[in-house]
Amino acid sequence: MMTAPADQTAPLLEIEDLSVAFRTERGLVRAVDGANLTLRAGETLALVGESGSGKSVTALSILGLLGDNARVERGRILFEGEDLLRLDRRALRGIRGHRISMIFQEPMSSLNPVLTIGRQVAEPIRLHQGRSWPEALDQAAELLARVAIPDPRERLAQYPHHFSGGMRQRVMIAMALACQPRLIIADEPTTALDVTVQAQILELLKTLTRETGAALLLITHDLGVVARYAERVAVMYAGRIVESASARALYGTPRHPYTEGLMASVPSLTGEPRARLLTISGQPPDLADLPPGCAFAPRCPHVHELCRGTVPALQPATGTSDRDHRSACHGYP
Amino acid sequence: MRAFLIRRLLALVPTLLFASLIVFGAMRLIPGDVIDLMMAQNDVSTTHDRAAIEAALGLDAPVHVQYVRWLGGALTGDLGRSLWQNTPVASQLAATLPITFELGLLALLVSISVALPIGIYSAIRQDTAGDYAARSFSLIMLAVPSFWIGTLVMVFPSVWWRWSPPLEYTPFFTDPLTNLRHMLVPAIILGLAISAVTMRMTRTMMLEVMRQDYIRTARAKGLSERVVVLVHALRNGLIPVVTLIGLQAPLLIGGAVILEQIFVVPGMGLLLLEAVFQRDYPVISGVFLVTGVGILLINLLVDLTYGWLDPRVRHR
Ligand SMILES: Nc1ncnc2c1ncn2[C@@H]1O[C@H](COP(=O)(O)OP(=O)(O)OP(=O)(O)O)[C@@H](O)[C@H]1O
Ligand SMILES: [Mg+2]
Repeated sequence: MMTAPADQTAPLLEIEDLSVAFRTERGLVRAVDGANLTLRAGETLALVGESGSGKSVTALSILGLLGDNARVERGRILFEGEDLLRLDRRALRGIRGHRISMIFQEPMSSLNPVLTIGRQVAEPIRLHQGRSWPEALDQAAELLARVAIPDPRERLAQYPHHFSGGMRQRVMIAMALACQPRLIIADEPTTALDVTVQAQILELLKTLTRETGAALLLITHDLGVVARYAERVAVMYAGRIVESASARALYGTPRHPYTEGLMASVPSLTGEPRARLLTISGQPPDLADLPPGCAFAPRCPHVHELCRGTVPALQPATGTSDRDHRSACHGYP
Repeated sequence: MRAFLIRRLLALVPTLLFASLIVFGAMRLIPGDVIDLMMAQNDVSTTHDRAAIEAALGLDAPVHVQYVRWLGGALTGDLGRSLWQNTPVASQLAATLPITFELGLLALLVSISVALPIGIYSAIRQDTAGDYAARSFSLIMLAVPSFWIGTLVMVFPSVWWRWSPPLEYTPFFTDPLTNLRHMLVPAIILGLAISAVTMRMTRTMMLEVMRQDYIRTARAKGLSERVVVLVHALRNGLIPVVTLIGLQAPLLIGGAVILEQIFVVPGMGLLLLEAVFQRDYPVISGVFLVTGVGILLINLLVDLTYGWLDPRVRHR
């Protein structure tokens, strides 16, 4: 008997038309503007874009971790069919760290300096699985062993300042894995680390998500990382998704000038990173004062008249190997 | 840990020596000396009598000799005798110190139990009506001197309701309830006065801590807001607050001296005040010595708490 796996039909996470705005002194800043994302169970999706494009805000809105000055203006975030934006605080807390967990960019400041590593890793286990502290700490030791931290038992009683940056990020991964979540969101998990450590951490993350069958939303501004670790890629620019495709299709046949520009700024295997300004000239736009048409138009080498007046919609792209390849560009119809 | 304690206690010795030197010297700079006062009271005025009294009290020796004598006595626990009552200073201190200690401790408890909850509340409800109310309250407490409030509490209730705070001192171990009834009013006034700064500091620190990345991590785990605030944030926020509480120790003692006067609490403050008016040097020295030791011990306690709160400074 043949049954299609459920995940082929129903996505694990589906973000539809999400808009998030911040109240600031300079007025309303729309950090995410009608973003769409789909993530299937067990899949790794990379969310790529320059600094300030809205990647972190998108990630934080999934778990409802935006600050008080943020407001979700529109959209739905369906997780296993349930709209996270409509859950009450209590129900949302039941999902955080349990079904969805998150790893942050700054390992040096993301762990609490005055609580033991053991306590911090054991906390979600105790909370979501109702274990006693001793049981949860036992599990925490196993988790530390899984992320290849030596002497896990002894390390439980230590504090973050006893750990290096890479080790702390391993602790964060252990913490994220604690309750076998279906989705792990990793927001630039290696940006703050040494280059050699970066690869180790990404490798570990990839291995462990594969072993546990968790899906991974990997946020990065490094297209080099994407090629190795992600199956699908979504490119974000000024709060909008401008292109999404399988990693292979995106590399082979990019369908957006911004993606092409990003690609050209990836360091070549042999040497020097090529200067980013050479490939994409100009600055990312001011979110408080976006141009009326395509936000990329002022920097685009192929800009038309149409681009300056009308925002392009995210539409199926042509001339690509990926059926789900989409791009938002008037120049690539 | 034990080595640390011993080292810290030994480090107190030079500090105390220095402080005693200053007190001993400064006292002699206050205009008017004890002999003049005694002679004025007893109606004797010949220079012959003056020399006799000086000799009898040991005040004829040069100041540095007096200091060395006093220090030698202090090291063996003998702080000399009161120039007026001729009772040993040590026993006067033994009678009054516990009372002032009780007042200070009660005030500290009042201060902490007011400042921490309100400071935390104020921070997590930043810019709400409650926050403004708490901040205004602390501003008022900062601006209004406690002796003034003490006087108001003495005067107005008796005018309005014919009620006045009890002023009869009963030792704690004779009758705890009556004792507390007497001590509580000055303790609350003193506690509220010093709670203002602690409250503001708690609020500022909690606001700072709640912005930290690890608080976001704690929320991302699904912890309730109560655990996030009371476990993950508070411990970090308290570290500077504890230091502040230690720095307030002298304020606490100074305030106790004034309120003891208003509420007729027979503590060290009352003793000191009388001694200063009468230029009773040994008593003044004794009170300052005990106060100095007290303040230094409080600071030691603060450092120990600090180490307990912050693992990064432990075992140093
Ligand atoms: N709490 C906030 N208050 C006001 N504006 C915010 C806030 N958080 C984010 N923003 C704004 O939203 C925009 C998107 O920010 P976001 O952090 O999502 O960028 P990012 O793509 O994650 O960038 P990076 O690669 O630097 O992490 C930025 O312009 C930022 O200034
Ligand atoms: Mg970010």
